[in-house]
Amino acid sequence: MSAIQATGGATGDGHNLVVIPERRARESQVASGAEGTRIVVAYGFWIFLISDIILFAAFFATYAVLADSTAGGPTGRNLFDIRNVAIETACLLSSSLFCGLAAIGARFANARLFHASMVATFALGLAFLSLEAREFSHLIAQGDGPSRSGFLSAFFALIGCHGLHVTAGLLWLLTMMAQVVAKGFRQDVLRRLLCFSLFWHTLDIIWVALFSLVYLVGVAP
Amino acid sequence: MLLLKWANSWRVLANAGRQRPVRQPHGANVALGVLSAFLLAACHAEILDPGGPVGKAEGRILVDSLAIMLAIVIPTIVATLLFAWWYRASNTRAVYLPEWNFSGRIELVVWAIPIMVIILLGGVTWIGSHDLDPAKPLAAETPALEIQVVSLDWKWLFIYPKQRVASLNQLVVPAGVPLHFSLTSATVLNAFFIPRLGSMIYTMSGMVTQLNLQADNAGTFRGLSAHYSGEGFSDMHFDVRAVSANEFAGWVNTNLAEAQALDATSYALLAKPGVPAAAATYRSVDPDLFAKIVSRDLAPSAVMDTAHHASAGDRPEGK
Amino acid sequence: MWGKLSWAVIPLDQPLILVASTIVAVAIVSVLGWVIARGHLPYLWKEWLTSVDHKRIGVMYVVLALVMLLRGFSDALLMRSQQALAYNAPGYLTPEHYNQIFSAHGTMMIFFVAMPFVIGLMNFVVPLQLGVRDVAFPVLNSVGFWLTATGALLVNISLIVGEFARTGWLPYPPLSELAYSPGVGVDYYLWALQISGIGTLLAGINLVTTVLKVRAPGMNYLRMPMFCWTTLASSLLMVAAFPILTATFAMLLLDRYLGFHFFTNEGGGNVMMFMNLIWAWGHPEVYILILPAFGVFSEVLSTFSGKPLFGYKSMVAATMSICLLSFMVWLHHFFTMGAGADVNAVFGVATMVIAVPTGVKVFNWLFTMYGGRIVFATPTLWAIGFMVTFVVGGMTGVLLAVPPADFVLHNSLFLVAHFHNVIIGGVLFGAFAGYTYWFPKAFGFRLHEGLGKAAFWFWISGFYVAFMPLYWLGLMGMTRRLQHYDVAAWRPWLLVAAGGAVLIFIGIILQIAQLVVSIRQREILRDSTGDPWNGRSLEWATASPPPGFNFAVLPTVGHEEPYWRGKQGPRSQAATEAEPVYLDIEMPRNSPVGFICAFFATAMGFGLVWHIWWLVGIAFFCAYATFVVLAWRDHHEDIIPAALVARLDRANRQARSMAAARL
Repeated sequence: MSAIQATGGATGDGHNLVVIPERRARESQVASGAEGTRIVVAYGFWIFLISDIILFAAFFATYAVLADSTAGGPTGRNLFDIRNVAIETACLLSSSLFCGLAAIGARFANARLFHASMVATFALGLAFLSLEAREFSHLIAQGDGPSRSGFLSAFFALIGCHGLHVTAGLLWLLTMMAQVVAKGFRQDVLRRLLCFSLFWHTLDIIWVALFSLVYLVGVAP
Repeated sequence: MLLLKWANSWRVLANAGRQRPVRQPHGANVALGVLSAFLLAACHAEILDPGGPVGKAEGRILVDSLAIMLAIVIPTIVATLLFAWWYRASNTRAVYLPEWNFSGRIELVVWAIPIMVIILLGGVTWIGSHDLDPAKPLAAETPALEIQVVSLDWKWLFIYPKQRVASLNQLVVPAGVPLHFSLTSATVLNAFFIPRLGSMIYTMSGMVTQLNLQADNAGTFRGLSAHYSGEGFSDMHFDVRAVSANEFAGWVNTNLAEAQALDATSYALLAKPGVPAAAATYRSVDPDLFAKIVSRDLAPSAVMDTAHHASAGDRPEGK
Repeated sequence: MWGKLSWAVIPLDQPLILVASTIVAVAIVSVLGWVIARGHLPYLWKEWLTSVDHKRIGVMYVVLALVMLLRGFSDALLMRSQQALAYNAPGYLTPEHYNQIFSAHGTMMIFFVAMPFVIGLMNFVVPLQLGVRDVAFPVLNSVGFWLTATGALLVNISLIVGEFARTGWLPYPPLSELAYSPGVGVDYYLWALQISGIGTLLAGINLVTTVLKVRAPGMNYLRMPMFCWTTLASSLLMVAAFPILTATFAMLLLDRYLGFHFFTNEGGGNVMMFMNLIWAWGHPEVYILILPAFGVFSEVLSTFSGKPLFGYKSMVAATMSICLLSFMVWLHHFFTMGAGADVNAVFGVATMVIAVPTGVKVFNWLFTMYGGRIVFATPTLWAIGFMVTFVVGGMTGVLLAVPPADFVLHNSLFLVAHFHNVIIGGVLFGAFAGYTYWFPKAFGFRLHEGLGKAAFWFWISGFYVAFMPLYWLGLMGMTRRLQHYDVAAWRPWLLVAAGGAVLIFIGIILQIAQLVVSIRQREILRDSTGDPWNGRSLEWATASPPPGFNFAVLPTVGHEEPYWRGKQGPRSQAATEAEPVYLDIEMPRNSPVGFICAFFATAMGFGLVWHIWWLVGIAFFCAYATFVVLAWRDHHEDIIPAALVARLDRANRQARSMAAARL
């Protein structure tokens, strides 16, 4: 989404396997040639990810405060189906693996590997989401929705926030596949792919924290 | 500067204010009287004229901290104006040091001075915070009088659990006796505050906060809510009457004999949002009333919340 | 179909609101009409609304801030006059209306005046000072600005369609919960700030990346001007603090819209959590605002004293330690919650520790003036006015950090006086100093000095007359947000304070006059050199206004004050310096994405407030589609040919050497 364009081979970009026609020496609109566009974009995206992690931290802190505010309602031990969550976790973790394979595909401009891996990433992400949706609808159906207690409010918000991120990620993933089909492995497309995979892996890391701190601690005796 | 002058002269002004009745006079010198009364009243800072040990200690800390800081703030302001004036471009006598941008000694001093001030002030803060923790009982020989405080929309209910009486928007306490308040809110957040007695504290629904105060002498003080709570907030103030022990006992007995009972029905009336037209008193108070309000078993607002503020015609009563 | 919306929500029974909104509507329509009639619309669209030039975006931020300042200040006048009248009387504003006014005043002044003002200055100045051509993410920058504008627009829509929040500038639950505030006011507040909050986060990410990754060759960290350092600190705080605000407001929205129990009285909600979360954002927010102002004063005092900033490294250390410490003190906003002596004492002392680096800054400014040749231009006056005023505000701030003192001053007018003392005397004076200082850089002519100085004197005297009585009223036990009162002793001080507001009003009128007069006399006030104040940092090395690409050739930096050093050489050297080799320059193309997104964001926000779900769905989809379309374009950049660069730069060089020859 950045408007910074690649400056051909002048940036020292390590991903220049896809050759962009050399242009007449021009100065990048930004600054020194010391920092290539790819580095600037990835750096900015890292900053965004930090802010996103802080967002999750706020929800985590809230969950920690409200974990015992069950208002006479059920606790995590009564509700969590750890087997379901384990499958969810497996889905998300393996989707990250395929996301990594897609990055390799993009690096070597291997369209087949790229698309196959992206489809696998998408399928696993979707499986994760539908399992989560099933868990949510089950809880709501038995009267343990977010309105039941402070604890369940915090639970739904924290897990739901992650779920929304995954949804956004899937939307982004489809957009990127369409971009690659339409535009090929262009420099700006590659930069967006880099950001996407950073995003996807971050969601994975956050899920690991959710899984351990919410579900595992929740069912622990 | 101005603040310091005020701070130093508050005692004189406050005493003068007390000797001369403030709401005044029917004589020939009306204009003069009104003017002087007006000036005296307008200079009466309640925070700096405390009527109890808590307020006194807090006022002292306030003035002390201010003095410590003024010792560094005033020279800084003077130096700013002096430097700006002396080094004006048109002053040919002033030295010009176009390259001078560092001095280790000055840096040492400019870091050291604030650090030392803050160490001193930090000590005051640490000790003061512990001495004046609102939950800490006051040192006294007489046992503290228990009072339970409930903030409602937009009124104050004071329950005397031992005496089994209660009052609305007026707090009657014996002078010279430590008071222990347990506070909660039946609705939104409020802050219980009697400026001349000291420490304010929040009242929060489902929770109990603790506060210890004392009025040294008989007198009437102003109490109020110090946290905005909605439409009737501006009217959410009450009178505090500190009276002698005998008078207090008399007040309790009168209420026990004459006041209306505080039961579920009358409490439900109280819990309706609105500003009462006048203060009121109650007898035969359920000793568990406060606990029920805290645990929200009575949950008056839970029932009434949805109706609350909802209709456009809902205005504070009595206004 | 239209959710909660109906004709009944327009307050036809409130003449004051109707008149005010009619005036606003007439103003908007007449400005728009003028623009269209004069054929300026294509220019406005091409050169401003779709611009991704950091300078243009910076200017638009400042324009937004100035317009909203008028809105926020009119609320201030209403509040001061209400309190002046409402002794034993209802005054002329009902509680319902008065409560909206003080909520709107605080919200607008913080989020839509102070924030856009400082972000605008940072946007405009930082790339110029760093010696580069643009920020790291130009399109993102535009999106950020337009989302901020969306928030401001939603707040203003609430004036006429429905109502604004009656819960204060921070909507403390449970008052802000559906049970106690069933109207749309709180929803307007929350959605407006959620949308503008995203804009602020984008601005923060952009500025952090710019300062850390996009600098001229040789511009290492310890050669950056002080304003860049304060920008870095402030933007880091935006990145770290705004997500907390987003999360907190999201929780309140979930409570209000979907029946969650985060902060409700029932169901295990916890109001204390809201206070902790909101101030975990709120206290860093204070430093997001004040740090850039500190940067402006550093630049102004150094320039107008004709000296480098004293103790530069010390200032850097102080800035960064303020940045860090600002996250460790949030609890001092609610000492009166009864957290216990240890907690209160720790947070009290931690708060005081921030006074150390702040004090160091004041002393270093003092020694910057020492041995200088101080030119009393308007920015200097704002800076000196700031130093005198701010130390008072800082002192009362430390006083409020002493828990036992806070126990009697919390929520009183003393507190109100304190934060106006630091926000007006610090942030706003800094913003005005920066506005006057960089105005010639942005437009090529100076602001009228006489009117600027007159405005300063009215502002500062108005400030003291309006807020010193409030300190005293706080000591008299007057609490904030009272719609009426019955204590006779308060009245005279409130009358004096109302007089102070009038003085500030005159100051504002003088500032408007200054702008108008300066535009009319722009040929007299013209600055052809690009360096009207004998500046020291790189923004003065280029023309005024700078060309779109800022620098024909990126400067190579070898010193803390490269431009000043360059000027110190023999004059002939600058004039005869060999002409550089000009190359084509790539600049990001303009993009309507920000503007279009803001349009859909407004629709979405409005739909969310009024529960018009189809509108929300359509607007969200269109906003997403906008980004996809952006991602599809093939040409992100325009090329400015070397010949054009050469022509522009030669004109600048000639003007400079002529000016040098005149000296």
